[in-house]
Amino acid sequence: MPLLEIKNIETFYRLIYALKGVSLALDEGTNTTILGNNGAGKSTILKTVMGLIDDQPDKGTIEFMGKRIDRKDPEDIVRLGISYVPEGREVFEELTTRENLLMGAYRRRDRAGIREDFRRIYDYFSVLEEREDQLAGTLSGGEQQMLAIGRALMNKPRLLFLDEPSLGLSPLMVKEIFDIIKMINSEGITILLVEQNARMALKIAHFGLILENGRFVMKGRAEELLEDEDVKEFYLGIKQTESAKGYQRWKRKKRWR
Amino acid sequence: MFLQLIVSGISIGSIYALVALAMVIIYKTSEVPNFAQGEMAMLSTFVAFMLLASFGQPFVISFAGALVFAVVLGVFLEFVFLRRAKDPNVLSLILITLGFEMMIYGVASWKWGAEQQSFPFPVSDFDIVNLGPAVVSYLNIVTLLVTLFLMFILFLFFRYTKVGIAMKATQQNMLAARINGIRANRILSITWGMSSLIGAVAGMMLAPIATLDPNLMLDPLLKGFASAVLGGMTTLVGSALGGYILGIIETLFGGYISLQFKSIVAFLIIVLVLCFKPSGLFAKHYVRRV
Repeated sequence: MPLLEIKNIETFYRLIYALKGVSLALDEGTNTTILGNNGAGKSTILKTVMGLIDDQPDKGTIEFMGKRIDRKDPEDIVRLGISYVPEGREVFEELTTRENLLMGAYRRRDRAGIREDFRRIYDYFSVLEEREDQLAGTLSGGEQQMLAIGRALMNKPRLLFLDEPSLGLSPLMVKEIFDIIKMINSEGITILLVEQNARMALKIAHFGLILENGRFVMKGRAEELLEDEDVKEFYLGIKQTESAKGYQRWKRKKRWR
Repeated sequence: MFLQLIVSGISIGSIYALVALAMVIIYKTSEVPNFAQGEMAMLSTFVAFMLLASFGQPFVISFAGALVFAVVLGVFLEFVFLRRAKDPNVLSLILITLGFEMMIYGVASWKWGAEQQSFPFPVSDFDIVNLGPAVVSYLNIVTLLVTLFLMFILFLFFRYTKVGIAMKATQQNMLAARINGIRANRILSITWGMSSLIGAVAGMMLAPIATLDPNLMLDPLLKGFASAVLGGMTTLVGSALGGYILGIIETLFGGYISLQFKSIVAFLIIVLVLCFKPSGLFAKHYVRRV
């Protein structure tokens, strides 16, 4: 049985028909990435599962560990063991780093376990320990992203959603963050990663899905997708234009819709 | 004369500070100035009065009872009315609080009538201590001590308890709070209960120097609001300081310039603050990203 199973969900953002029937199954321990252009509906999938869009999904079901979770409140979904790192980090700017992490463990009662997890997160992100008593709003973008991931881990999730963790970060920082995501996954936490940075995402993921206009158009193992001609052209930016004799250019033209 | 005015200023400033605190606690969570704050406090004070005068209960039980009532009232209003509002904007929430204000005012007028009562209090305003040239009444001292104590408790609550930190977290970022499993609705209820409690303390400290009738909190509410604007609607410490500043300025104005126009000072201050430092004197705040 898959850990998370989304069956044919359709979501409306007020009047916008954002997801037009999306199905997805995540097995325990896997690392899956969803790629797609702006406005394709990637983040909407995560938000729908987390229950952040009122009264949605309009159709379809979502099951986590065999139990229906669609249309539940985010507060309850978090308690089941799904953590969500939102787009744009969303740390508590006027709380200290420590307090932010503590809020991640809000639902937990086991003091010893919480202390242990503090240790674990400071091991992943040593810079957070240095900034322990600093207000989160004064951290750099990369540090805030680390804090957001650390906070999500404090919930002791079985499934972790990451929404564009590379947004607005330097290439070096992106690499660091992705290495840590990979490490988190190797410790047994299932990951669903939404990204624009297709190359980086496919390098650490096991599976990839491509979303266009609210529908999946392609699905495969990450290595295969990295080699796929269409993916290369549309998402990795490798373009092959052939010029037979220098006056005619044949360009691949493909639409999935 | 000057010292005496300062003493009365601090005394009345304590009341303003409490009202301002009550207001800011709600404002920070829901961005709504709660205009029913005063009437909620008035109703709780009447409950204390009823327990004292009609049921002949001792002070401790009456005051405790009134405080419990205040918490229940705050939670009730939030749970029954505010939570029902679907996709509310700030304006409609303000209108709801104005609705509460009228409702509670009506209930109080119907139950206790418009005649003025005197509120019995264990400490008298007429027992005095000489402080150099100024006289300080026991009531002044108790008011100040209770206010400072309450502020200290609030400080500890927001600094060290999990619920307190979660409350700050919800105030800063509702979405992030919810995805960390903090029940935002529950936090909102707690906020209203706390705010109502603080307001009730203000009401009961004020009632012995004023007279108890349904208009008890009308003036202090506006002054408390002015203090909150003066100190900054987003800072607890600032709004409390604002209360003291306003109390002192107001009594000084009343003593040296004009007693009749004393009440105008508060509004003059609101206008000046809004002109020169709209976020308030003590506000330090991260600008919210849009």
